[in-house]
Amino acid sequence: MNAHLVNLVYLLASILFILGIKGLTKPKTAVRGNFLSAMGMLLAVLVTLYHSSVVNFSYIAAGVAIGTVVGSVIALRIQMTSMPEMVALLNGFGGAASLSIALAEYFARLNLDITSFSDLTAQISTDMGAFGEGVEGHVAILSIGLTVLIGALTLTGSIVAFTKLSEIMQNDYSLPGGPIGNGIMLAASLVALTILIIEPGNTSAMITLICLALVMGVFLVAPIGGADMPVVIALLNSYSGIAAALAGFILGNTVLIVAGSLVGTSGLILTNIMCIAMNRSLANVLFGKMAEGGESIDADEIYAGKVTSAQADEVAMILETASRVVIVPGYGMAMAQAQHAVRELADAMEARGTVVEYGIHPVAGRMPGHMNVLLAEAEVPYDNLVEMDRINPTFDDTDVAIIIGANDVVNPMARDEEGSPIYGMPILNVDYAKTVVVIKRSLSPGFAGLPNPLFALDNTLMVFGDGKKAVIDMTTALTQA
Amino acid sequence: MEILILLLALFILSLFLGVELITKVPPTLHTPLMSGTNAISGITLVGALLAAGSDTSPMLVNIFGFIAVTLATLNVVGGYLVTNRMLSMFRRK
Repeated sequence: MNAHLVNLVYLLASILFILGIKGLTKPKTAVRGNFLSAMGMLLAVLVTLYHSSVVNFSYIAAGVAIGTVVGSVIALRIQMTSMPEMVALLNGFGGAASLSIALAEYFARLNLDITSFSDLTAQISTDMGAFGEGVEGHVAILSIGLTVLIGALTLTGSIVAFTKLSEIMQNDYSLPGGPIGNGIMLAASLVALTILIIEPGNTSAMITLICLALVMGVFLVAPIGGADMPVVIALLNSYSGIAAALAGFILGNTVLIVAGSLVGTSGLILTNIMCIAMNRSLANVLFGKMAEGGESIDADEIYAGKVTSAQADEVAMILETASRVVIVPGYGMAMAQAQHAVRELADAMEARGTVVEYGIHPVAGRMPGHMNVLLAEAEVPYDNLVEMDRINPTFDDTDVAIIIGANDVVNPMARDEEGSPIYGMPILNVDYAKTVVVIKRSLSPGFAGLPNPLFALDNTLMVFGDGKKAVIDMTTALTQA
Repeated sequence: MEILILLLALFILSLFLGVELITKVPPTLHTPLMSGTNAISGITLVGALLAAGSDTSPMLVNIFGFIAVTLATLNVVGGYLVTNRMLSMFRRK
């Protein structure tokens, strides 16, 4: 097919991707946006299949078949609570796809077929001509090297993120020397990359680069856990996009560059939003410790004799007379699968004329927007999901704030105590509500490892126990009242 | 060289466009945004098809191409389907 026509179709696909993301700016247009984006993908793929150099369809058919079956099974079966794991996996597959393309292109240019391991490490004399003359040749091999680096790092980083989110890996591991160890590996991989640029045929340098990048990915994510996961997932999302854009430079393909850079910026912006919502820099999330000095605060001193616990029916009596209630969900709600129970409680309150809204902290859960998806699954209208900046001024007029499975994002220390490790992190000011109800298993600290003075306030009632059961009990008591 | 500069220009302008577009996506839709952009990054399928479908390259190229086709298809199909599933929930009511 005519190369110009192919490029024009790629342009059309790029436009559809842009319109697709534009559709995501409103919940009403989002489904259509996603559809437009999918149409763009279909067009780009179909026109590529007509490309004159695509002649062997056996590998393609096999790959598309496997990818389609596995992809649809995962997408249709996955629970909404497991969405962070799903996105982590997709990030990893994206990185691995870019890595494979870079390697395919590398070996195609070297015109090298490898049959044994000794072939791999043998020095191949290739002049730069295989990659293009002069600057272009250097840029081509540089793009290949960078795609390999970022693609491989995204692959292993995402696998580690997945094992952490699904709690297969429960501890945090870091390299000896922490960030210095990571720095040394980064420096070594840049050396390998430089060697490749000078001698593109040096396959040993390529293998070194791949191995270093794979290990770097592991130790980029392995030290990070729990509530910092939203930052990691957003960052890996960005990397998978950047890898795709770099692959576009290798192939001189416009649609890869446009789509890849859109994904890359999306991930970076989300990373930035998450960091701001935790009042921490990206470097601090990746290499820092969150709660240094946190142990000096004595939990017993804060809680002793001041914690009031309550039963579900006592809470229901307070809810009976409330005219405005704000529900603040956290990761604990996802863990307890309590989103449907929460919506039923809200229904019961609304039936009595109470106004119910949900206050969503940007880092609640394990990925950006995690709580919103769970509540949408439970058929909570999205207008009731209110972001932090808009819900905060309303707590003064709120009768009851119900916190379910959230801790650090409602810790008043972040606002009031200058010496606290989380000081400066924006929080939901639930303590300004007339009554605060905290549903929680115990007084154990959240991810920051800090005690929460909210639990000891005079207007706070602690409901200890399983989140889902506690909410269901409240609903039952309220409907019988 | 001219083509390289044009590609670079395209890349940088797309980054700016990305910032303008993404900052307008409300926090409510951040999870579908991530899975939707995951699907879009499956555009590497285009490059993968070229590698897997080549008849003149060494076998190794086809094998890497096959791996890339499989993974990119998984991203495209899985990403769009799961995004559609999530967004349909937001559309109710």
